[in-house]
Amino acid sequence: MANAPAKPKKRHALGTRIWHWVNLVSVTILFMSGLNISNAHRRLYWGDWGFAAEHAWLEVPRFPGWATIPGYYSLAAARDWHVLFAWVFALGLLVFMISAVRNGHFKRDLFTRLAEWRPANIWHDIREHLRFNFEHEGTKFNFLQKVAYSKVIFLLLPLMIFTGMVMSPGMEASWPWLTDIFGGRQSARSIHFICAWLLFLFLVVHVVLVLLSGPARQIRDMITGGRNDEAA
Amino acid sequence: MKRRNFLVGIGAAFLAGCKEIGDSRWFEALVDTAEGWHRGIHRTLGVGRIAMAPEYDRSEVSPYFRGNGSLTVDTPEYRAALEAGFPEWRLEVTGLVDNPQSFSMAEIRDMPQRTQVTRHDCVEGWSAIGEWTGPQLSHMLEMAGVQEGAKYAVFRCADNLNGQDYYESCDMDDAMHPQTIVAHLLNGEALPEINGAPLRLRLERQLGYKHPKYLTGIELVASLDDIAGGKGGYWEDRGGYQWYAGI
Repeated sequence: MANAPAKPKKRHALGTRIWHWVNLVSVTILFMSGLNISNAHRRLYWGDWGFAAEHAWLEVPRFPGWATIPGYYSLAAARDWHVLFAWVFALGLLVFMISAVRNGHFKRDLFTRLAEWRPANIWHDIREHLRFNFEHEGTKFNFLQKVAYSKVIFLLLPLMIFTGMVMSPGMEASWPWLTDIFGGRQSARSIHFICAWLLFLFLVVHVVLVLLSGPARQIRDMITGGRNDEAA
Repeated sequence: MKRRNFLVGIGAAFLAGCKEIGDSRWFEALVDTAEGWHRGIHRTLGVGRIAMAPEYDRSEVSPYFRGNGSLTVDTPEYRAALEAGFPEWRLEVTGLVDNPQSFSMAEIRDMPQRTQVTRHDCVEGWSAIGEWTGPQLSHMLEMAGVQEGAKYAVFRCADNLNGQDYYESCDMDDAMHPQTIVAHLLNGEALPEINGAPLRLRLERQLGYKHPKYLTGIELVASLDDIAGGKGGYWEDRGGYQWYAGI
């Protein structure tokens, strides 16, 4: 293994740590202000247009005040929060992606290798998860972690940004092709909503797994960076 | 249990913090600044051409067009005018113009017309597609002669919502935009009452509340500060909606 690239000393790079916490704040604010915005019109449609119950594919529940920002119904205030933190979210993701390409985080830790897609390996990983055994030798993340993290970072988060941009009529006038990619503004709105809840699902699984795998150490390392040799 | 209390405490502190920030002056200032960026960025991204709202085929028009906000003008005069086909309705063009104008419906119908099938997006989230016909606002403004200091077009309306007259405004870039028309037809027919009969502004690159209905006047001004609540529109004054509604 003499030729293997040297492992970084820290378990988490500085860029990863800063982004992790900035992203936690911005995604939380975006999600909760988004639920407030959803309360303004609770029906979802496919295609370019839709405004009545007979056009909708789903009517979502009204989200209670404790789940929204602000804590009472205000479309105007919720939009202010949402649009402002969309910048924090999008620029944060961009800076993280650049730093993760530069420091090799994506290549070293997140991209799966062909061999990892063998059914035997995937099945092994699932079994170990079900036994709550999160120890894995060699690589930083196991197969399921790599798939989950990369789907979130390369698929869900960018989808949130682009479907959000489609909903802006001023943006659409400049980049009309973006609307076509998603099959219309109302389709983009539906996808925005679905991806928001998939992110919430990811958050729940992520937090549960942190709680099951030594939460104090996990949180400490995401703040200080930790040391790579103690992370097997 | 202790850990749960801790988490609930963090959640409550987060919400209280958000409320504190949301009510602060600097947050409001930041939001207003961001609004300016959005307008600038949207205009910049369309480099090399006039950014146009997408236009659809006539076959893509929604089966009917939802009305929202004011659905009528609640006066006997309006009812009588509606039934008579608005023979006396006039649209005034005033303010920072060389020759103030007062157009009758017949004059408006005789101007060069633009027909566009566009999507209307309400701030609440729904969309409807309709075919709108009417003269370009730029045509009317050129007839009146725009003066040097004019920075905004203010739109006066006949409808009164919750005791306040509806009004809206936009910058001159949007006012002179080719898709900004004073519509008198929707899907080839005279504008329905709920959609703003007899005249409605179409400001296609912004959300629905920027498309004032029951239009009676257009005034060019240098500043919005002294008009009604000073924020440039009914919902901007009343509900805190952003004046630039391109998002």
